[in-house]
Amino acid sequence: MNAALRQRFEFATVALVALCLIVVFPLLNAQGYVSNFTINLWGKYLCFALLAISVDLLWGFTGMLSLGQALFFALGGYMLGMHLMLMIGDQGVYAQAGKNPNLLPDFMVFLGHTFLPTFWRPYYSFGFSAFMVVLLPGVIAAVFGFLAFRSRIKGVYFSILTQALTYGAALLFFRNSMLMGGNNGFTDFKLLLGSDLRVAATQRGLFVATAVTLLLVYLLIRWLNGTKFGLVQRAIRDGENRVLFSGYATAHFKLFIFVLSAAIASVGGALYVPQVGGINPSVMTPDKSLEAVVWVAVGGRGTLLGPILGAVVINALKSWATRAYPDLWLVILGGLFILVVLFLPGGLVSLPSRLAPLWRKLTGPKPVTVPKT
Amino acid sequence: MYFPRVVILLSFFLSLTAGAAETPRATIARAVLTTDAAAQRSLVASLMGEGDEIIPELLTAWRNDAIILYQTGNLTIPVVLTGEKNDAGTRTAVRVDDGQPLVDAAGQPLRVLAGDFKTADHTSALRRVMKAVLDIVDLVSPNQVKRLQAVQTIGQTQNESKLAVLEERLPREKDPVVQRALREALALIHLKDPTEAVKLAALNELKALHSLSSSDFLQKSLQQAEAAHSAPLVAAAKAAIKAVESHRYTVDFLGTIFRGLSLGSILLVLALGLAITFGLMGVINMAHGEMIAVGAYTTYLVQNVFGDGIVIPCFGLSLGIPGLHLTGWLYQCYFLAAIPLSFVMAALVGIGLERSIVQWLYRRPLESLLATWGVSVVLQQVFKLMFGSNNVQVSSPAYLSGNWTVNDIILGWNRVFVIGFALLIVLGVWLVLTRTSLGLLIRAVMQNRGMASCMGVRTSRVNMLTFGLGSGLAGLAGTFLSQIGNVGPSMGQNYIVDCFMTVVVGGVGSLPGTVISAFGIGLSDQTLQQVLLDPVIGKIVVLAGIILFLQWRPAGIFTTRSRSLD
Repeated sequence: MNAALRQRFEFATVALVALCLIVVFPLLNAQGYVSNFTINLWGKYLCFALLAISVDLLWGFTGMLSLGQALFFALGGYMLGMHLMLMIGDQGVYAQAGKNPNLLPDFMVFLGHTFLPTFWRPYYSFGFSAFMVVLLPGVIAAVFGFLAFRSRIKGVYFSILTQALTYGAALLFFRNSMLMGGNNGFTDFKLLLGSDLRVAATQRGLFVATAVTLLLVYLLIRWLNGTKFGLVQRAIRDGENRVLFSGYATAHFKLFIFVLSAAIASVGGALYVPQVGGINPSVMTPDKSLEAVVWVAVGGRGTLLGPILGAVVINALKSWATRAYPDLWLVILGGLFILVVLFLPGGLVSLPSRLAPLWRKLTGPKPVTVPKT
Repeated sequence: MYFPRVVILLSFFLSLTAGAAETPRATIARAVLTTDAAAQRSLVASLMGEGDEIIPELLTAWRNDAIILYQTGNLTIPVVLTGEKNDAGTRTAVRVDDGQPLVDAAGQPLRVLAGDFKTADHTSALRRVMKAVLDIVDLVSPNQVKRLQAVQTIGQTQNESKLAVLEERLPREKDPVVQRALREALALIHLKDPTEAVKLAALNELKALHSLSSSDFLQKSLQQAEAAHSAPLVAAAKAAIKAVESHRYTVDFLGTIFRGLSLGSILLVLALGLAITFGLMGVINMAHGEMIAVGAYTTYLVQNVFGDGIVIPCFGLSLGIPGLHLTGWLYQCYFLAAIPLSFVMAALVGIGLERSIVQWLYRRPLESLLATWGVSVVLQQVFKLMFGSNNVQVSSPAYLSGNWTVNDIILGWNRVFVIGFALLIVLGVWLVLTRTSLGLLIRAVMQNRGMASCMGVRTSRVNMLTFGLGSGLAGLAGTFLSQIGNVGPSMGQNYIVDCFMTVVVGGVGSLPGTVISAFGIGLSDQTLQQVLLDPVIGKIVVLAGIILFLQWRPAGIFTTRSRSLD
């Protein structure tokens, strides 16, 4: 298979899958052939795929292993979650009991607050919340990235620092005094843009929105890869010092990519929250970031389809294994990860090309053995 | 109020004249037999200032009519009855004068029925003298701890009736600690005095003593003084409270430093291993935290093997491990045995990990990070399946569970031990690295792997041993942690982020850098917790501080200079 053919093949696959996800799947669901549960589950997988793409953009294409993507994912979720919490309005438990005159989120009433804190007020507006989904993680990534890249922190150091950042943020969000729901986070959502989240049609809409977002992100990165920018990006991955000596300000490139990937992860998180129906700080831990890295590694780093494939496959495996072998799930995950890192560095997407020689050997003409005379 | 002083003076006088050779027992026996009431009183009063523990026992017995006057012929022997009653209702008799059992002519112990003989009688005047003696018997006890306790109890209850006794003891007390306690108790009692001058003096005394236990009383007397609108008293009380507070501050501060040092030493032992591994091979071992757990669980197993054995729910099978059923100091030795064993266990696991996984990933540092994370996840689950997901109980041996209190600062023995041992380990690692041939090889490979390999160093073997050394150090840290924190399947996770930070801040592969950064992070963590009154915010501030520190020194405190790039 030559390159052009392969590209055409990939395009065809993507178009087919996108068509399936965006049109066929929801239609089948509307007709009742696909259960609401399945749609919901796949919606979750696709959100994870967005997270995986953001990891791959950093790790696969730029060589920076960030363990902070779960933080951005969760932050996006929290930003939209705040809006959703306020939209519960008078349908909350305390409000129903008549104990919540100012219609605060339930956890605040539980903590004894009577007025909405100032920083919560703007989140009544969906537009503002959606804007914050991109802005807040972007700003955090920009500040952190600026500090990190300026002092040329890279490689494992960068991983360790992002891990510490995530760890610190998770500790912060676990606290009640943060006014972000503490341990339990946000849950019990009712309305999004006026439609009831507990209705199948809304969930279907969210699923379609996720699939479309994923497709757009895929196309965006595909386009970015083809530009000169993408070339520099991959050059940084392969030899940062050489790029630096050639006169490119690598820190700026890295900063841009870091912010972009934070925004992508964050959008994924924002789509995740209404579909799963809640967010809490355990999504934010470094372990979740590492799990996302596993998806990318298993799917194939440095490719575009790899992370999506990895996220879906591993999470489908998780859904099955946590029910079938609850005790062994982590052993399976860890073991799989070790095996992939050791024996399949290219991930699942590299499987065909690795099997191709084998296949040729099996099917090709047998070497002629010269008979002894 | 007046009477006891007379008695005290009297007793003081008498104690000079009474025969020094006579034991308290003999004195009491003589007093019991004396018929003259005045002489009886003076004999009992002569016991004043003696701290023998038999005195309260016998005097209480006397007062409760438990001293029996045993008659044989025309001889009267005072005895007390001890032991169980037998069927006839008789009990063993013990002589008051020498504590020996009462024997008949044949030398057989005699059993006595309580109702057969008269009891030693006592007048109300005598009982008052007895009470005066009993009051201070704890105060003059030869046991310093008992004396201190008695004084503190009197002070905390502000018992006015004991005022005279305390005043009498003060000049005679030799122990500085008890003397201080006496002064404090006196001042506390004086706080209740109605006269302003006495109160003022007491407040000044408390200010000078600045004892933490007087804090509540000072607050109360400040309120009283404010209610009474007495300006000098308010000022004095405020000054005293300030003195106590500043003392409390000092104690807290030093206590924080101490806790910081002990946390720092654990970080140090942990990070030392990581620093060596990372410096040598460029491998960040995410499973380093699980090596801690290996060490801690080894300690747990060793403890149970020395004790009564244990049944662990290993992968659903109940695996019984027999115990040695040791007791006493032999059992206490388990901890000493656990130290080398946990090192060896963790080192073996580490070597296994290196041989099976890490050695294939030397050229791909980020991927080795990921693979070892996979190992860490698997190991955590294995611990859960082997030992259950709850924390297990590791008890401290007796010699590590005490405290050492210096100037109100409580220094737990376990933490003192951890600090001392960490320093020993640093010394040991330094010796290994600089004085042994393995150390030489390790340093050679660290500085230039290719060149070392060309010179004939078997780098893969050096890698293996170094990885074992690093993991073993984590195992040791696990043993210490079992004395301070919880032992559970994911215990390593609590320390691993701090541990990485320590290595990064210290500079990779630099021993002094690791030492400084471990103590620096440990100290600032504990100090910020204290200052901000919030462990989480403290930790976050430390993390932020580290990120900012790396702006200034991106490669850590000490950097190993190298000309190689990428």
